[in-house]
Amino acid sequence: MSTDTQTATKTMNMIEAINSAMDVMLERDSNVVVMGEDVGYFGGVFRATAGLQKKHGKTRVFDTPINECGIIGVAVGMGAYGLRPVPEIQFADYIYPGLDQLVSEAARLRYRSANDYICPMTVRTPFGGGIFGGQTHSQSPESIMTHICGVKTVIPSNPYDAKGLLIAAIEDNDPVVFLEPKRIYNGPFSGYYDRPVEPWSKHPASAVPEGHYRIELGKAATVREGEALTVLAYGTMVHVVKTIVEELKVDAEIIDLRTLLPLDIDAIEASVKKTGRCLVIHEATRTSGFGAELAALVQERCFYHLEAPVERVTGFDTPYPHSLEWAYFPGPVRIATALTKILKD
Amino acid sequence: MPETDRRPASNLPPLSLHIPEPRYRPGDTPDFGDIAVPAVDATPRPSEATKPDAMRDLCYGLVRVLDFDGQAKGQWDPKLSPERLRTMLRYMMLVRAFDDRMFRAQRQGKTSFYMKCTGEEATSVASTMALDRADMCFPSYRQQGILIARDYPLIQMMNQIYSNRGDHLLGRQLPIMYSAPAHGFFSVSGNLATQYPQAVGWAMASASKGDSRIATVWCGEGSSAEGDFHSALTFATVYNAPVIFNVVNNQWAISSFSGFAGGERTTFAARAVGYGIAGLRIDGNDPLAVYAATQWAADRARTNNGPTLIEHFTYRSEGHSTSDDPSAYRPADEASAWPFGDPIARLRQHLETLGEWDGARHEAQRAELEDLVKTTQKQSEKLGILGHGMHQPFETMFQDVFEDMPWHLKEQCTQMLAEQEAKFGPDWKPE
Repeated sequence: MSTDTQTATKTMNMIEAINSAMDVMLERDSNVVVMGEDVGYFGGVFRATAGLQKKHGKTRVFDTPINECGIIGVAVGMGAYGLRPVPEIQFADYIYPGLDQLVSEAARLRYRSANDYICPMTVRTPFGGGIFGGQTHSQSPESIMTHICGVKTVIPSNPYDAKGLLIAAIEDNDPVVFLEPKRIYNGPFSGYYDRPVEPWSKHPASAVPEGHYRIELGKAATVREGEALTVLAYGTMVHVVKTIVEELKVDAEIIDLRTLLPLDIDAIEASVKKTGRCLVIHEATRTSGFGAELAALVQERCFYHLEAPVERVTGFDTPYPHSLEWAYFPGPVRIATALTKILKD
Repeated sequence: MPETDRRPASNLPPLSLHIPEPRYRPGDTPDFGDIAVPAVDATPRPSEATKPDAMRDLCYGLVRVLDFDGQAKGQWDPKLSPERLRTMLRYMMLVRAFDDRMFRAQRQGKTSFYMKCTGEEATSVASTMALDRADMCFPSYRQQGILIARDYPLIQMMNQIYSNRGDHLLGRQLPIMYSAPAHGFFSVSGNLATQYPQAVGWAMASASKGDSRIATVWCGEGSSAEGDFHSALTFATVYNAPVIFNVVNNQWAISSFSGFAGGERTTFAARAVGYGIAGLRIDGNDPLAVYAATQWAADRARTNNGPTLIEHFTYRSEGHSTSDDPSAYRPADEASAWPFGDPIARLRQHLETLGEWDGARHEAQRAELEDLVKTTQKQSEKLGILGHGMHQPFETMFQDVFEDMPWHLKEQCTQMLAEQEAKFGPDWKPE
């Protein structure tokens, strides 16, 4: 972490931290613009941009047509002009109409023009399930993003990281897809959907500096040190898996990847070589999920240190069901089963 | 039971599916006699501040300035000086000479691909000349005329086409996908119509900063069917963006005639009507009409009166690209039957009518430009041609994916350099 300005700390949830990051950047850099469906006067369907239009004005923070191709496409043009756009896609499930602008344009502009033009854009978008969003408000498309050459993919898991990572993303001169795990906007999730939700205020990472600070992209965080196995997680699943390993008294080392691309391979390698076992966990569908990449990297680099096959805990290869959401979600039972399997030898 | 096996369940007449079909195929004799050609002075020129709904007729008519006898007439006549007209003619002739030479270079195996704009030179050259030099152009792939009209060095275009040592894009892009920021020319994508919303974003940025520069963008009638086109027009009308949309309706998208973009039902300029923006349908083979329409739209945008959609009604005289054979899907002589002639011939005729040009000067200029292109080509070829040696250091393949190279690309780069050494030995250098 680097902090330019000494500022007071405030208790924030994820939404407030994300809002604060944009507020700080709108204040510091007159080229930053925030736009998206319902983000202006209303402040966003999840309230992430609440108050920003009133404070920074309508040409800096504004609503857009319901047209994701247009949102990302105009952001590319704004970047070419010299702005630093921060478009919001209301749900990650809606990003697909804008995917060509992201894959073929934003991601390749620097490369194809040999630095004539760049695309310093940060696409913010809520993703993941656990809010009864059905198959169009629950998806986790992170492995689609990491498969694009030229886009960085960032996923925070707590308010402190969310603000520092979002500021670093906005200041980055390459396009960043900033995936916000919406299940934990208001509090860390234990994985037990039938238990009351803890507010962020009880979590140490809710103490967020009010001013500017950055968390470097591409650096993982060790959430819990341990010897029995390494768990590679990000977003909501960081909290779910932490709850379960602590309940089961498993001495797991949990690595919160925070940035999927570029990936902190050194942190992964050091931990797996230490523990000799690796569990990869994500909510996204299993086949060709980011866990497949992680499992491949771990076996390429740590094979002779492994004492058990790399285990994957993921969502199923089905659309995200509405009523059976919690049967789909990689929750306590699926995690416990995987832990038993990986630790038995 | 599958839907396809169902029989009509009532005595209603059966529905029928319409598949568009061009009027003429190889072997047919094309006749465009039914294309409406309004008189040159038939179209009034409204003020640049006119509300779109008060000028809808212009989406269905045809703005013309030059008649077929070489006279400039009517309210749209931009009244350019002879000097300016000669410059315009020179640029268009240079584009044609360049196209002919580069097409031949591809046929000689010196590069992989080329695209000519024969017959459409006015749609980019005259259009660019009506803009301010600082205005930003978002081209599609057939707007080499923008670069020529902004005096971009020919050798740089050729170096890009050859992907040689002088190519500042490091051989990464297909030929003709130029990028020239100092000349207000955006990087050409190759994916169709993606530049449309980007131009709107650039224009929105310019407006939000209180700048005075406007954006202008081109696509073909075929790619006006892309979602990006409609996204762009929606954003442009919502934010009243200072942008000019050019649809170069050259009748053909590879082998698909304009009917597959909706051209059987209405004009492409009429797309503007539904979005509530100004639309102009113009004779795209009339350089003065192109200039006048662009000047009108630029004035409109620059005075915060919003975007304009210009349909350049023209004809693609040659194949889509070097990979295309138009004689397989349209009559070979269709171009010569096109009722609006050739833009270079028409401007030449106009200058000659004015007594400002003659056949001898024309032939001398043609020879001079062909010689210029040929000389430049020789210089460019000294820097290499495609497929004859590898001209870039291999590690450039990994540069500029990101601003800073992440570890995984560094690893892959190391692997590739090892492959290079295994194949070419340790002393290999770019050729």
